[in-house]
Amino acid sequence: MDLKEKLLSSFLAFENQINIDSQVHDIRSEAIKLFEENGFPTKKEEAWKYTSLNNVLKHDYSVFPKQENALEYSDIKKYFIHDIDSYKIVFIDGKYSSYFSQTTHDGMDICLMSAALNKPKYRLIIENYFNKAATKDSLASLNTAFSNEGAYIHIPKNKLVEKPIQIIHFSTGNESALMLQPRNLIVVDENSHVQIIERHQSLTENPVLTNSVTEIFTNKRAIVDYYKVQNDHQNASLIDNTFIKQKRESHCSVHTFSFGGKLTRNNLNFYQHGERIDSTLKGITIIGGKQHVDHNTLVHHKEPNCESHQDYKGVFADNSIGVFNGKIIVDKEAQKTNAFQSNNNILIHDKSTINSKPQLEIFADDVKCSHGCTIGQLDENALFYLQSRGIPEKEAKALLMYAFSNNVLNSVKIPELKQRITKLIANKLGVNIGFNL
Amino acid sequence: MLKINNLHASVDGKSILKGVNLEVKAGEVHAIMGPNGSGKSTLASVIAGKEEYEVTKGDIFFDNKNIEDLSAEERAHKGVFLSFQYPVEIPGLSVTNFMKAAINETRKARGLEDMPAKDMLKMIRDKSELLEIDRKFLSRSLNEGFSGGEKKRNEIFQMAMLEPKLAILDETDSGLDIDALRIVANGVNKLKSKNNAVIVITHYQRLLDYIVPDFVHVIFNGKIVKSGGKELAHELEEKGYDWIKQEVNA
Repeated sequence: MDLKEKLLSSFLAFENQINIDSQVHDIRSEAIKLFEENGFPTKKEEAWKYTSLNNVLKHDYSVFPKQENALEYSDIKKYFIHDIDSYKIVFIDGKYSSYFSQTTHDGMDICLMSAALNKPKYRLIIENYFNKAATKDSLASLNTAFSNEGAYIHIPKNKLVEKPIQIIHFSTGNESALMLQPRNLIVVDENSHVQIIERHQSLTENPVLTNSVTEIFTNKRAIVDYYKVQNDHQNASLIDNTFIKQKRESHCSVHTFSFGGKLTRNNLNFYQHGERIDSTLKGITIIGGKQHVDHNTLVHHKEPNCESHQDYKGVFADNSIGVFNGKIIVDKEAQKTNAFQSNNNILIHDKSTINSKPQLEIFADDVKCSHGCTIGQLDENALFYLQSRGIPEKEAKALLMYAFSNNVLNSVKIPELKQRITKLIANKLGVNIGFNL
Repeated sequence: MLKINNLHASVDGKSILKGVNLEVKAGEVHAIMGPNGSGKSTLASVIAGKEEYEVTKGDIFFDNKNIEDLSAEERAHKGVFLSFQYPVEIPGLSVTNFMKAAINETRKARGLEDMPAKDMLKMIRDKSELLEIDRKFLSRSLNEGFSGGEKKRNEIFQMAMLEPKLAILDETDSGLDIDALRIVANGVNKLKSKNNAVIVITHYQRLLDYIVPDFVHVIFNGKIVKSGGKELAHELEEKGYDWIKQEVNA
């Protein structure tokens, strides 16, 4: 039985476990139909031209892990940014772990999707926001069909959330292969500010496929800084579907750090509904071996006087493959838009590949839009310069790669996170120099 | 300290150095002069260990050891320093971080622990004062947007930090105004001791008024064709290089 059929039949079993007499379930039923019609995307589709899911879909994934799995904190501590106080929403094999989590209902809700979907006090938010930003493509639909668990964050107006929120999904490897479909909903009301760190971490070599959907709503003048740390095991794959709907004067930034994983696809979509909105999309990708990272971004400017900034850096070694597909749409009404996009890449070896494709669809006539893409190699003269100062070749190359991605790193607003990312980069490059010297 | 015997080197199959002999002892300052394209910068790069240059014949001894098979960083660890004619711009890497990495990697190679942060800061402060470098300058990206003078001053700052045995200054005077030239020369002079040596590569006499050489060599067509004392530099300044070329061709 292929994965599609397995999922379709699992949906019936899933319906036995949940409350099907709800508006949300109508949405789920609709979504499974869409998935049934469309199936998994193939390379025939323009948006998937450079990324094939075939290798990832071939495993016999369990869709519902059977047992509860306990973990020791000492085994997983290193995956948290543990040197800061934070809220935590932790899942183990898709199930919420109250033991490792630190949630709150004190003046705001930082809790669970399953609770939000079932308890009447959240009904209004669910009605107004759930599945209102996600698109109806097949992978997002698949997630919607099985949506039941994930993070639910609602920050009411005028609230500065002082501690960052960490959303972490662990997979234990107790299943020989596991598919996870977390569903996150984040609603940030007027003038509020929140920082979120998301991570998916499998603890063994067993294959894991995560198809995640996150919907983020930033209301008037809200600020959301979202960080995705993608440093998973070499047999874990991630399809991240993030949809962000911004209202006027809101700022939202998403930083994506992709160092690990087998196949990672980031579908990152920003929709601007209002004036003077700022959207920031930044990423550092450093991969090797047979890794594959695909950034598929969309910024849709619908109203005047807004900005968007995209800055993606990629370093590709060995046989790794990178894809950057960045689409900017500027509607006719969206005059005075400033939209910038830059994608810079370094290919370390002859067999590494990057496919970079900017797509600008501009219907307004008074806008500033720019895009730039570079593909190059490490500068030999710079390398000699560093080596002539006593820095060995490997460390010199690492420093050059670090320097290359430094401007993305510098816009990380949580110092401990920045330090951690720096360390992950050093580990990835196999060097032991403190970059944050 | 440095002994070069019959050195031949080529780049991309093109022969550039055609039999250079040079001996530099501790405590000495040597000037290497010569017209454009004579091989001055190539000689500097070959000593520093740039890989594109292939040594086809001859030897380079540093402290009585043949360094031909050593990488650029290994030569640096032994105390060879090259002040670049065109320092490379590296956006995203601050001068301070660059120096910390250079010093600690060099210490590691010498079997020492990392320099304590406090000592590092003090050293950076002292050496930047020596070269009249503004502290703000140290947090800027390496050479990015630096003026010609700032780049060269930064090179000598790095030399001050790394305390090499042998410093090769490749056209450090080019692009410097007179004030910057004075600061750079002053820095070099303060770092000079009986235990280290300096090779100054230049077109012009100007820098040699400040950094006074013990020996002056003229390189032409890949060979040192004339050597003398500091007065040779004055003679070249006055008469140009043509008479040397004629002597060689005669």
